[in-house]
Amino acid sequence: MGTELTRAIIGGILTGGVYALMAAGLTLIFGVMEIINIAQGIFVVLAAYLSYVLQVHFGIDPFLGLLITMPLMFGVGLLVEWSFIRRLKPQNRSALSILVTFAVAIVIEGILTQFFSADLKTLSAWYVDRSVHVLGFFLPYIYLFGFGLAVVLLTALYLFLYRSRTGRSIRASVQNRTGAELIGININRVSAITFGVGAAVTAAGGMVFGATNTFNPNSGYDLISRLLVIIVLGGLGSVGGALVAAVVALVIEDVTAVLWSPVWASTMFFAVLVVVLLVRPNGLFGRQEARAQ
Amino acid sequence: MTSPTTEERPIRATGPADVLDIPALLVGRRVLLVVVVLVAVVFPFVFTNPATTSIAMFTLVYVGATSVWNMFSGLSGYVALGNAVFYGSGAYFLANMTTHLHLAGGVGIFFLVPVAGLFAGVVAVPVGWLALRTRRHTFVVITIAIFFIFQLLAYNLRSITGGSAGMSLPVPPWDAQTYNTYFYLAALVVAIVAVAIAWAWRRSSYGLSLLAIRDDEDRARGLGVKTTRVKLLTFVLTGFVTGMCGAIYAYYLGSIYPPFAFEAIFDVTVALMAFLGGLGTIVGPVVGALILEPLQQYFTLRFTSGGYSLIVFGVLFLVVIRFLPEGVVPSLATVLRKRLRVRAEARGVTR
Repeated sequence: MGTELTRAIIGGILTGGVYALMAAGLTLIFGVMEIINIAQGIFVVLAAYLSYVLQVHFGIDPFLGLLITMPLMFGVGLLVEWSFIRRLKPQNRSALSILVTFAVAIVIEGILTQFFSADLKTLSAWYVDRSVHVLGFFLPYIYLFGFGLAVVLLTALYLFLYRSRTGRSIRASVQNRTGAELIGININRVSAITFGVGAAVTAAGGMVFGATNTFNPNSGYDLISRLLVIIVLGGLGSVGGALVAAVVALVIEDVTAVLWSPVWASTMFFAVLVVVLLVRPNGLFGRQEARAQ
Repeated sequence: MTSPTTEERPIRATGPADVLDIPALLVGRRVLLVVVVLVAVVFPFVFTNPATTSIAMFTLVYVGATSVWNMFSGLSGYVALGNAVFYGSGAYFLANMTTHLHLAGGVGIFFLVPVAGLFAGVVAVPVGWLALRTRRHTFVVITIAIFFIFQLLAYNLRSITGGSAGMSLPVPPWDAQTYNTYFYLAALVVAIVAVAIAWAWRRSSYGLSLLAIRDDEDRARGLGVKTTRVKLLTFVLTGFVTGMCGAIYAYYLGSIYPPFAFEAIFDVTVALMAFLGGLGTIVGPVVGALILEPLQQYFTLRFTSGGYSLIVFGVLFLVVIRFLPEGVVPSLATVLRKRLRVRAEARGVTR
């Protein structure tokens, strides 16, 4: 039981890192633009399919393929922001954005279904099926690599947000959109870049997701609900909060599977949010949500 | 000027009074209502094709569910994406009642539908209490989370729900020709009740309180609106009607499984229908359901490969949001009002 439990905790932390990678873009986009990007779930799946195509048709290793998929997803993010989000009128933007991004998700799902059918796919590579023996545990390489990738990319994201000029503009827009506009920050540009960066980071999360799970065009719905739980748990707009929340929620899920029953594991994942919100209505690291204007 | 959300107010003429005959318009509206209800009642006797009546029945179920979704979310601005919780609760409660009371299929079961609705209303009390502690985006997400908890409970609490094997409901002894008609009429009753409740609620002080909450909740509270009570009451009422819709749906299907009863698509569909028709209006959700549900069914039949129907559906949505961001009904009303005013002014000049 003891080793089982430790294994579950380690597994939860490793998977949590990958979920944080997928959720980082979602929470960043929310922070800057106050919109929930429902298409984030299908972005993950789209990225997984892109890696799949590169691997199957061009023989490119999924990790190496990120050099191609991340810029591609950056473009997808820019395109979605420019063609749909920017066109929304400010008064009902936050409600309509849910609808628009959901419609975008449906379209992408349809395109993916048309190209790849609903068959379950998975990414394969030498590190997907092999494990490494560490301290008495067998850890699949892909989880270790995925976690490493999450650490690298989240650090890069941190440096981008806190050390670069664009990052500073993004943070200023998170703090106060109107204020940022007043001091001469081009909000449209910042929004587009945020959407692009959010989608690009998701590309990496999608690749690891595709290697650790089977997926089809329908997988986006389960993902988006989990990612939403993670970002609310962590406090909307907080990338660090999302990381902690992802690890906490997935450790609890995996531990429940060991201590109680695998059947109740997913239920606990969602129940964590309900319990936390009872105590802290704004999530673990959240700010008070601003008054409706 | 009338704001787009308060379409209940009569249209005020800016031109000469004889151009816009207000009493005639009001009478016209009442006549229109009677005609619509009559057409709805006669419909299954004219179009007897079971495929048609089946789609019509589903449409009515969605008219009911969307109207009350809009009553809460459209008026208060709290976008709930977890109403399938009540849909599923109503469905499972009816299945449990018919199973444990060993009821045979027939018209009598329809009288248990309001009981199933009451159960869903009871479920809505703790759900609403919990979810309504949060606001705006957090509220959206927590309703989604609670929805998934319920769906997973339906899988896991096998003694109550039968798990993934599901539960079956009694089969009514009606012949194939009239089978759908019974369900259609029952769904029609629920739909009318739902629209009537939404209409009455909108006109009551609750409706105004909800609108005040939407505009500025803290200020509404400061002005003495009992915000928590108003929100929770409306939420529970929404749960009650949605539960009735779910019960009819379950009875029609004849068996119920967790993914059908607690269906994520349902959560989104009611919201889409209300948005499409016009958020916060009474007619909007009805129009939204009347457009969307048959369209959805048509697409699934027309394009057998799932991809195309999704693409067409999604693109259609993007187009509607782009060009009719307020929904079909308010946008058309604005156009119509502008037309009438232009005509009135033209007449005023020629006189």
